[in-house]
Amino acid sequence: MSRASSGSGDSDAPRRDSKRPKYSRFTQQDLPACKPILTPRWVISAFTLVGIVFVPIGVALLLASNKVVEIIDRYDTECVPDNMANDKVAYVQNEGIDKTCTRILTVPKDMGRPIYVYYQLDNFYQNHRRYVRSQNDAQLRDAGKANYTSDCAPEKKTSDGSPIVPCGLIAWSLFNDTYSFVRGNENLAVNKKGISWKSDREHKFGKDVYPKNFQNGTLIGGGKLDPNKPLSEQEDLIVWMRTAALPTFRKLYGKIETDLKENDTITVTLENNYNAYSFSGKKKLVLSTTSWLGGKNDFLGFAYLSFGGLCFFLATAFTLAYMINPRKLEDPLSLSRTKNLLDH
Amino acid sequence: MGRGGARRRRERLRWSKLYSFACIRPSVLLDADAAAAAADSLGGPGFSRIVHCNQPRLHRKKPLKYPTNYISTTKYNILTFLPKALFEQFRRVANLYFLLAAILSLTPVTPFSAVSMIAPLAFVVGLSMAKEALEDWRRFMQDMKVNSRKVGVHKGDGQFGYKHWQKIRVGDVVKVEKDQFFPADLLLLSSSYEDGICYVETMNLDGETNLKVKRSLEITLQLDEDEAFRDFTATIRCEDPNPSLYTFVGNFEYERQVYALDPNQILLRDSKLRNTSYVYGVVIFTGHDSKVMQNATKSPSKRSRIERKMDKIIYILFTLLVLISLISSIGFALKTKYGMPHWWYLQPQNTTNLFDPSKSLISGIFHLVTALILYGYLIPISLYVSIEVVKVLQAMFINHDLLMYDEDTGNPAQARTSNLNEELGQVHTILSDKTGTLTCNQMDFLKCSIAGVSYGRGSSEVEIAAAKQIASEASGTADQNSNDPDLWENNRGDSGSLEIEIEGGITYSVEKAAKSKIKGFSFEDDRLMHGNWTKEPNAATIILFFRILALCQTAIPEFNEETGSFNYEAESPDEGAFLVAAREFGFEFCKRTQSSVFIRERYSSSEHPIEREFKILNLLEFSSKRKRMSVIVRDESGQILLLCKGADSIIFDRLSKNGRTYEAETSKHLNEYGEAGLRTLALAYRVLEESEYSAWNGEFFKAKTSIGSDRESHLERVSDLIERELILIGATAVEDKLQRGVPQCIDKLAQAGLKIWVLTGDKMETAINIGYACSLLRQGMKQICLSATNNDLLAQDAKKAGKESLLMQITNALQMVKLEKDPHAAFALIIDGKALTYALEEDMKDQFLSLAVNCASVICCRVSPKQKALVTRLVKEGTGKTTLAIGDGANDVGMIQEADIGVGISGVEGMQAVMASDFSISQFRFLERLLVVHGHWCYKRIAQMICYFFYKNIAFGLTIFYFEAYTGFSGQSVYDDWYMLLFNVVLTSLPVISLGVFEQDVSSEVCLQFPALYQQGPKNVFFDWYRIFGWMGNGLYSSLVIFFLTIGIIYDQSFRAGGQTADMAAVGTTMFTCIIWAVNVQIALTMSHFTWIQHVFVWGSIITWYLFLIAYGMSSPLISGNNYQILLEALGPAPIYWFVTLVVAAACNIPYLAHISFQRQWNPLDHHVIQEIKYYKKDVEDQNMWKRERSKARQETKIGFTARVDAKIRQLKGKLHRKAPSSTVQTST
Repeated sequence: MSRASSGSGDSDAPRRDSKRPKYSRFTQQDLPACKPILTPRWVISAFTLVGIVFVPIGVALLLASNKVVEIIDRYDTECVPDNMANDKVAYVQNEGIDKTCTRILTVPKDMGRPIYVYYQLDNFYQNHRRYVRSQNDAQLRDAGKANYTSDCAPEKKTSDGSPIVPCGLIAWSLFNDTYSFVRGNENLAVNKKGISWKSDREHKFGKDVYPKNFQNGTLIGGGKLDPNKPLSEQEDLIVWMRTAALPTFRKLYGKIETDLKENDTITVTLENNYNAYSFSGKKKLVLSTTSWLGGKNDFLGFAYLSFGGLCFFLATAFTLAYMINPRKLEDPLSLSRTKNLLDH
Repeated sequence: MGRGGARRRRERLRWSKLYSFACIRPSVLLDADAAAAAADSLGGPGFSRIVHCNQPRLHRKKPLKYPTNYISTTKYNILTFLPKALFEQFRRVANLYFLLAAILSLTPVTPFSAVSMIAPLAFVVGLSMAKEALEDWRRFMQDMKVNSRKVGVHKGDGQFGYKHWQKIRVGDVVKVEKDQFFPADLLLLSSSYEDGICYVETMNLDGETNLKVKRSLEITLQLDEDEAFRDFTATIRCEDPNPSLYTFVGNFEYERQVYALDPNQILLRDSKLRNTSYVYGVVIFTGHDSKVMQNATKSPSKRSRIERKMDKIIYILFTLLVLISLISSIGFALKTKYGMPHWWYLQPQNTTNLFDPSKSLISGIFHLVTALILYGYLIPISLYVSIEVVKVLQAMFINHDLLMYDEDTGNPAQARTSNLNEELGQVHTILSDKTGTLTCNQMDFLKCSIAGVSYGRGSSEVEIAAAKQIASEASGTADQNSNDPDLWENNRGDSGSLEIEIEGGITYSVEKAAKSKIKGFSFEDDRLMHGNWTKEPNAATIILFFRILALCQTAIPEFNEETGSFNYEAESPDEGAFLVAAREFGFEFCKRTQSSVFIRERYSSSEHPIEREFKILNLLEFSSKRKRMSVIVRDESGQILLLCKGADSIIFDRLSKNGRTYEAETSKHLNEYGEAGLRTLALAYRVLEESEYSAWNGEFFKAKTSIGSDRESHLERVSDLIERELILIGATAVEDKLQRGVPQCIDKLAQAGLKIWVLTGDKMETAINIGYACSLLRQGMKQICLSATNNDLLAQDAKKAGKESLLMQITNALQMVKLEKDPHAAFALIIDGKALTYALEEDMKDQFLSLAVNCASVICCRVSPKQKALVTRLVKEGTGKTTLAIGDGANDVGMIQEADIGVGISGVEGMQAVMASDFSISQFRFLERLLVVHGHWCYKRIAQMICYFFYKNIAFGLTIFYFEAYTGFSGQSVYDDWYMLLFNVVLTSLPVISLGVFEQDVSSEVCLQFPALYQQGPKNVFFDWYRIFGWMGNGLYSSLVIFFLTIGIIYDQSFRAGGQTADMAAVGTTMFTCIIWAVNVQIALTMSHFTWIQHVFVWGSIITWYLFLIAYGMSSPLISGNNYQILLEALGPAPIYWFVTLVVAAACNIPYLAHISFQRQWNPLDHHVIQEIKYYKKDVEDQNMWKRERSKARQETKIGFTARVDAKIRQLKGKLHRKAPSSTVQTST
């Protein structure tokens, strides 16, 4: 049963034994292997190490998150005239009423540019299966494929049968509130260029695809599109078409390329066009700076801190338990002990 | 095999003279009634076959067209493969579910694209079918090998030529030569012997190794040349094909006469012609009509315990699936009814049934289907196929294991079905055949006792080892090897003489037999060898002893020109061993004529041999009932001697008063031999007076020529008259040679906690001998022998009485076992076939089983193949534990098929057992490695793999469910279709396969050194519900962590410095990345053995995921949709993406890590401890500890070599205490 024999066995192979298995460390399941085992030292050091790595990361993340200044303003209730407060849907659906509304925001802290302007919707199921599928990539990309409207039902074609570009519910329900910002007398320009993914603009939305028959039907959904601008330049649409994963989501509206000072007051003039009242959704305007990490995100930092802390705790617990109740690791006695354990 | 070139044609003998009982019998005239009955039924239903001998042409068309001799054991053929194999595949619930899901994915209900449902299914099913096809192909090739064997067939005009077996037709005359198998069921016409007898070995049919005599009808005797068949025609009318091996009804019409046929003339397919140069026969049954094929039962498809349990888990998951689907669809119905009318952006007024708020109930029902498909990821589609891949690879390892390759026969081990690999690790009881499995059916003359003196120094290994251990313990030196559990290896390794001095002058010397060159002879004692026996005091008795060996036999000598001596063709291997022994002692049996036996006697090595003639006057044949055999000879001086050999009990009963001189010594020696596992026979003689003989001979002749049913008993009675007043000379001890390594293997298996039952067709004495030789029995073990009392009452009463007495015996024995207090006491149950028939009956089998379970070893003797299967079933069903049956012959097929695992011994002739088996090995000793190493590994691998599989699919599948709650239960998945498609098939399958194929908790050496580790399998430590639910819980935890951490972190705020917020693609991709990391880190934590393959697979899977993301992102946006450039543009540059991955992967695995660390530290299992010892190389540093551990890690066992040595040591120690320290440990006990 020696292993050597199997190794040298090849030499006497040219006998009749054609059936003799060929020797290789692979077939003999004898490949060199590392067999790490979880010794207490390993375990305690592993937990400590994770703790050591996670806690500083957590701190760094929290610091980054704290640097971010965010102004959130919910305006969907305030922007409804008092007399229509009971029937907000009627208000928002009434084309005749001027939807302009003014909000005053105070900057809590210095905000370095760029300041990102987001709109936030609540309780809006952009991730509904019926909604998500309701678009056609081919049509958006290629001017010649305007007829590709599969999946787009019920916003496929106009009543006379000509295809809608862009088709589908997503485009149809385009968000159409608008914001403009004034600080004192200074108009804060909102840069709406570059708010979408570059790859979207260049490869997903065609440069020669122009909106056609959009929002021409009896049912008007959300915003309209400038029929003279190619889709690749309709960045609001591009951003909107990236459906959100959760029913509460923010989407980038634009960038303010001006620094804001603490206690600046900003007057926002907005048009409260979009119907979030039907589904009792909230609408919020968000101004936010970003750090290297992105927006304000305390959760990540806390997650790191708590799991790092847990690891420290475990490391300590193991150390203590090991000191109080040590099992000499390779203690031979435990073999028979386990045997009894198995035997019961 | 290597027998010399020119073989002299042996002169023909009238065997009738020798075979006094069986052969002189008025042949044609059968029992009148039986013949009449048979004749009546011929032509009727069940007896319609007509065979035109030597006219196979007549059998080309109906109604005489019978099947060809082509056999096929394959499951499919080209046409049936597709439908049948598909059907097999979709009999699995999971596959059927996926098939339905795939079909539904073509409708709008589906949450996924059709291709993402169909592709994995096609892949999985295709792979399984490919495996099925491959296995069937192998079976086909094996059939082809048999079908293309060749045999001589009459081609017309007295010419014979070779033909493939498959070409043989009914009616063909074939000529079968010595040591060939019969290609079909034949009617024997004539043989090379004048009186038309031939010898047949039926090992493949019933496992019996003694040769059977078949004889042709007198009328066909002259058809003994090729030429004679030129114009031969005859007609056989006989029964239709049936599976009964021992009956045959038919008649033979030849030259306008009708002769009755009986089973004596029938040569069955797959039995073998022995000791006969050739026979002629007519083919009666071909191919699947032949009796042996009719006996073949469809091999049952076996499934392992783990797989059966796995099915239950799948059902649990299905329940979970239905449950969450119901929750989803109820949620969906409610949301649709109450929420959707307000969701103007979905245009609720313009919907289909699927989303119609006004028909929310219908929508809900449609959604149920959607949900069932959506959450299908809970059911691991690739589980079956992964398991199959793993098992094929595991089987490949078994097939390629060089340590299970037999150099002698050139056969490697073979896993014939791969679906039982893990079952090998859970075996509880082994049921073993004896002949050909434990023993190699070769007898070696080892010892003898002549005139009260024991000769022969070859000693049993038990004593050697016991003495060695005592020696080392007494001297106190830590002899490196002596108290090693592997006593054997050391013993075997030493050569030459071994002398051990034990304190107090106990000397034990072992002459290691310098590899005996002579087959059948391992005797070592200079007192008898080389003519030295003449100097012994009892030389005259010794001569007589040798003469009995040389004369009392029925063999035929055959001169071997190479060695210049004689070989013997004996009926039983014992007899061959005696003749070889006699030859070696100088009494060479050289010639047999009709009436005489010639012996060349040589009294000293220098002298020339003298050829003496002994006239054989009578031969009283051996039968299992008589248990003795005698010859009556007249020597050259004219003295008449009766020479007798037989079972000691029989001989001792028949001794004369003055013949008992050596009785005491001889019986003492017989006991010793018996305990050493040797087969013993007592030898005796009697001098007959001329008058006494002739008087008796008259009687005997009368009996011999009598006709009728009482002829046999008459003969027996007459024989009995003369076999009396014997004078005992001595006894022989023949070693029924065990196969190499059998006792060691049994020892190890016993230490691994396995129970071993021996089921043998042999008689009780032989079985007990082997029991001793294999250490299944030992001195001091209480033997419970159950045998049915054989009374001659009426059949009904006999049965009732037999049953009652057996029940008594069993109850008493049970009582005894229960009352036993001594922890070292061991019981052995030995039961014979007849008692077993009663014991296996419905009302008694429970008692029998409970007794058997309480006994350390169980030996069943004289069992029929069917009983073997019944016993196996009893153990399997009665104990509910996994059984393994191992055997080599066709008689073991039933048991091999019945057991949970059937193992066939290959290498010896005959493939039936192997064909029916699940695994084949060429030596019994490989069973140890097959079970303890491969079984143990495979069990753990498969168990861990399945647990992990469920974990990963729960972890993944539930995240989809959680997400539903955020989408209004609309059935939208957060992941891209492609991710889901790849999850099971590509991204997580290879690591889990590498776990299933390469994982080793401990190395193979350690497995063998710590047989107790094996118990983890039978106790099912790794696949109990606790562990399964533990893993499921782990999956649940992971899914929660993955989902909620990810969406908590990537919520509504921007996830990049550039201000962009995450869309569904980004969230889904991030979450999926977390899953990939979490499950792969998890599997890395599960593994304990990393070769480069595991590293490549585990880390490679993670890398593959990123590579896929890049590639997918680069493909056209029409394919990748919102995932276009996702990694390179959106996620890759975002630090948050990497931070999420890190924290989620860690968070998922911290509890598991803490759990296993805790378990290992404060609740370790055996393999944990051993791993640690190995890890710290303590085994090298502290060898004593290592050895101590190894001896501790055995299961308490009462059988096996080690247990026997322990018992022996206890006994010797007791002796040492009692006696003065100067006693000699000899072969005595």
